Amino acid sequence: MSISKEMRSDIEERYKRNLERPRIVVGLGTCGIAAGGNKVMDAIKAEVAKKGLDVDVDFTSCIGMCFAEPVVEMALPGRASVVYGGVGPENVVQLIESHMVQKTPVAEQAQIQILGGAEAYEGIPAMEKSEYYEQQVRSVTWRLGRTNPERIEDYIATGGYEGIQKALTMDRIAIIDEIKKSGLRGRGGGGFPTGTKWQFVHDAVGDKKYIVCNADEGDPGAFMDRSVLEGDPHAVLEGMMIAAYAIGADEGVIYCRAEYPLAIRRLNMAIKVAEEMGIMGENIMGSGFNFKVRIKAGAGAFVCGEETALLNSIEGQRGMPRVRPPFPAHKGLWQKPTCLNNVETFANVPNIIRKGGDWFSSMGTEKSKGSKVFCITGKINHTGLCEVPMGMTLRDLVYNIAGGIKDGKKFKAVQSGGPSGGCLPTEKLDLSIDYESLGQAGAIMGSGGLVFMDEDSCMLDIAKYFLNFTQMESCGKCTPCREGTKRMLETLERICEGNGVPEDIDNLERLAKVIKTSALCALGQTAPNPVLTTLKYFRDEYEAHINEKRCPAGVCPELLNYTILADKCIGCGVCIKACPTGAISGEKKAVHVIDPTKCVKCGACVPKCKFDAIAKA
Amino acid sequence: MPNVTLTVDGTQVTVPKGTTVVEAAWKAGAFVPTLCHDPELSKPGACRICVVEVKGARNLVASCVTEAVEGMEVQTSTPAVIEARKTILELMLDNHPEDCLTCHQAGDCKLQDYAYFYNVKPGAFGGESHQYELEDDNLFIVRNMNKCILCGKCLRACEEKQGRAVIDFAYRGFKTKVTTALDQPLADSVCVSCGSCVAVCPTGALTEKAMLGKARKWEIEKIRTTCPFCGVGCNLDLNVKGGKILGATSNPASPTNGRDLCVKGRFGIDYVHSPKRLTKPLIKKNGAFVESSWDEALDLVATKLGEIKNKFGSDAIAALSSARCTNEDNYVMQKFVRAGIGTNNVDHCART
Repeated sequence: MSISKEMRSDIEERYKRNLERPRIVVGLGTCGIAAGGNKVMDAIKAEVAKKGLDVDVDFTSCIGMCFAEPVVEMALPGRASVVYGGVGPENVVQLIESHMVQKTPVAEQAQIQILGGAEAYEGIPAMEKSEYYEQQVRSVTWRLGRTNPERIEDYIATGGYEGIQKALTMDRIAIIDEIKKSGLRGRGGGGFPTGTKWQFVHDAVGDKKYIVCNADEGDPGAFMDRSVLEGDPHAVLEGMMIAAYAIGADEGVIYCRAEYPLAIRRLNMAIKVAEEMGIMGENIMGSGFNFKVRIKAGAGAFVCGEETALLNSIEGQRGMPRVRPPFPAHKGLWQKPTCLNNVETFANVPNIIRKGGDWFSSMGTEKSKGSKVFCITGKINHTGLCEVPMGMTLRDLVYNIAGGIKDGKKFKAVQSGGPSGGCLPTEKLDLSIDYESLGQAGAIMGSGGLVFMDEDSCMLDIAKYFLNFTQMESCGKCTPCREGTKRMLETLERICEGNGVPEDIDNLERLAKVIKTSALCALGQTAPNPVLTTLKYFRDEYEAHINEKRCPAGVCPELLNYTILADKCIGCGVCIKACPTGAISGEKKAVHVIDPTKCVKCGACVPKCKFDAIAKA
Repeated sequence: MPNVTLTVDGTQVTVPKGTTVVEAAWKAGAFVPTLCHDPELSKPGACRICVVEVKGARNLVASCVTEAVEGMEVQTSTPAVIEARKTILELMLDNHPEDCLTCHQAGDCKLQDYAYFYNVKPGAFGGESHQYELEDDNLFIVRNMNKCILCGKCLRACEEKQGRAVIDFAYRGFKTKVTTALDQPLADSVCVSCGSCVAVCPTGALTEKAMLGKARKWEIEKIRTTCPFCGVGCNLDLNVKGGKILGATSNPASPTNGRDLCVKGRFGIDYVHSPKRLTKPLIKKNGAFVESSWDEALDLVATKLGEIKNKFGSDAIAALSSARCTNEDNYVMQKFVRAGIGTNNVDHCART
């Protein structure tokens, strides 16, 4: 069966008609659900029923504003739809009464309004003019928060499966050339040109070829792929189908971590309905092209995001990287030529085929084309999912999209690329976000996790955190990674505990060099990056910890001392009650003292003191 | 097979296409250490001790898993290579007991040899080291996982040579360990104690229980013989000290079996010195076995056989020979039966 013109226009018609009805839409991505979205949904349904309103209640995926979850959109015919943030079940009655019944939006709780050609409301920023979205592009993520990901009709009505329909009329090489022309590079972190990879697999000799989608997103602070899978599962499937057709594969596997149950559920639903409609399966759209796809749930090993470990895991072996070459393009899954791309890469493909490679390459820099989805987390005002054109500066991202650093504090660093990436300081804020610039600065683009740190963050503590992660997640196969990261971690721990010696820095640098040059896979080769970049940009902090036994950011507990300032303490005794270890003593109305041998430096006393009498140094 | 020519430390060497860099380097006379590499097993490229510099490569290259190609320029002992190898050895030694003085493997340990060669001493970085309990639950094999460098040869031998896959890597990061399924004792696993793992272990992590503490490696005289247990005819090396057999080890040069042996050949040779062995013939008299001389015993057998033959004919006698005897013994047996007794009733336990 094919999606005929009539069928498509019929679906589009119905989709448009639905948009013209009064609607309340709740954001039910994992983030929305975690913030209480389901309870909000229940409250909305109950209230709509109670009031007997003629209103459609629907759900969508994550629009990207994690900082504002749970997010609810309300729309009346002919008027812009308003996206409310921070909606709890307790707001629902008032919001519905005001917006849906009185037709007066609650401006103070509104985040943005989406015009879509309809009449705007006063006093609410339009999405494309809002602080969070003004500098964003919505290319891969545009259906997120806008359509219902569990309805294939929403996908088809918004141009879905046009890409594969067009691709099936094209020559295989022409498809690959279009991808090459777009300049699309692997969005999982490596940045390998996608068209070139497809060409390799196309040219590889084999009686059977596979498409594998890497959905084993594991970087701390990264949830791009989860958001895309939950919000636009059909786009990933369509991208895989186009790739399969281009390289000559008829079978695909999506390796998705089991910690993403909603993504897996929505993917399964998408696969089932696509098969039922004849979009996937045998003789797709009458072309003679067959394609089926299955999901393999990963068991939680970070290293399985490494492509060869991932292939081993699909085959039922322990997730340990293979030696390359041979590369998966020649010997991949079950030793057959395999095209392995990540979620975001595949999700970009349908648009490139629909709109052409030139459209895609019009965005971005000379070598890094298109847009990139980032997860921005940490000490910023707007944590969430954003998509920006390649080449945007980090400064624009921090101070415009992310809304600056929380509580008016100073920006200190951003960790780009997760445990394999690096920490970039203030001096690098004007760096362009692209593969080359980030790489040259010692970090990597990675899959798109950006963790922001403020002046209260200790850079050794950050390096220690990421190294601890890579050490625990090392597969244990090669010596430099397994043993070397352990020793680097122990050295950092020693330094943070005040037992560092000047030679520790030399040892860290030597170990980092050997691990980078001799480890087997990318996980090991990049594991020292957080240490190397913090050493490069924040060496003075290392020296302060080692030479002065001082943590400049006041984070490392062993290097901290809490003292009570005699001129400020009035002897109220509140801190004595707050102290969990009985380290504070003193008579009423007499200056209290902290016993450093009992103090565990938890800091519980500090916020309790109304007189700022407890100093941390 | 076409050849490729490359240079190793400036020396040109020509090898068949498909040869690894390490094999080419060895052919060129270069010293390149290996720990996880084994010519009979698959190549994981795991230990990284064999790294070399290859012109044009971004990183150091693990020579055991890199194919030699035409025109390749390989350097096996540049400062970067030496630094990496020494650091890798330091990392291994920091997580390894410093007990070479009493270690059974001393003198036949690659880790010890390389540490000596590169003058690497323990304690470079210090820190935590594994404190696993000694595993001696198996009748024949002692596992000291504190000495394991995770080269993975044991589990590859188990899976690839024996088809058993009893052991594999478990856990992650620094806690990675070679274990049986669910980290159960070897004795409770499906291990058949063939000892192939012991044969390939490059350190003292896996040792033969019977030989522990009996001899230093350099005191052992290895005497090649044929396994006495079955008709396959595996070769093995008797490990002899002071005229006494301590045990047996396999020998990669054995044409029949290479390094493979079964539990009997590798661990069953202790019967040689058993006090329970019969050294004199026994004759049953009045319901009990009584020691006798060889003359008396042979006379008795000859008399009885003669009586049977005279009374019932030659075909009333049959002989069954043993696979555990030598070819010569078996030849003599059939000759005796056919020519001496006069019957073709002779058979052999390994015939079916």
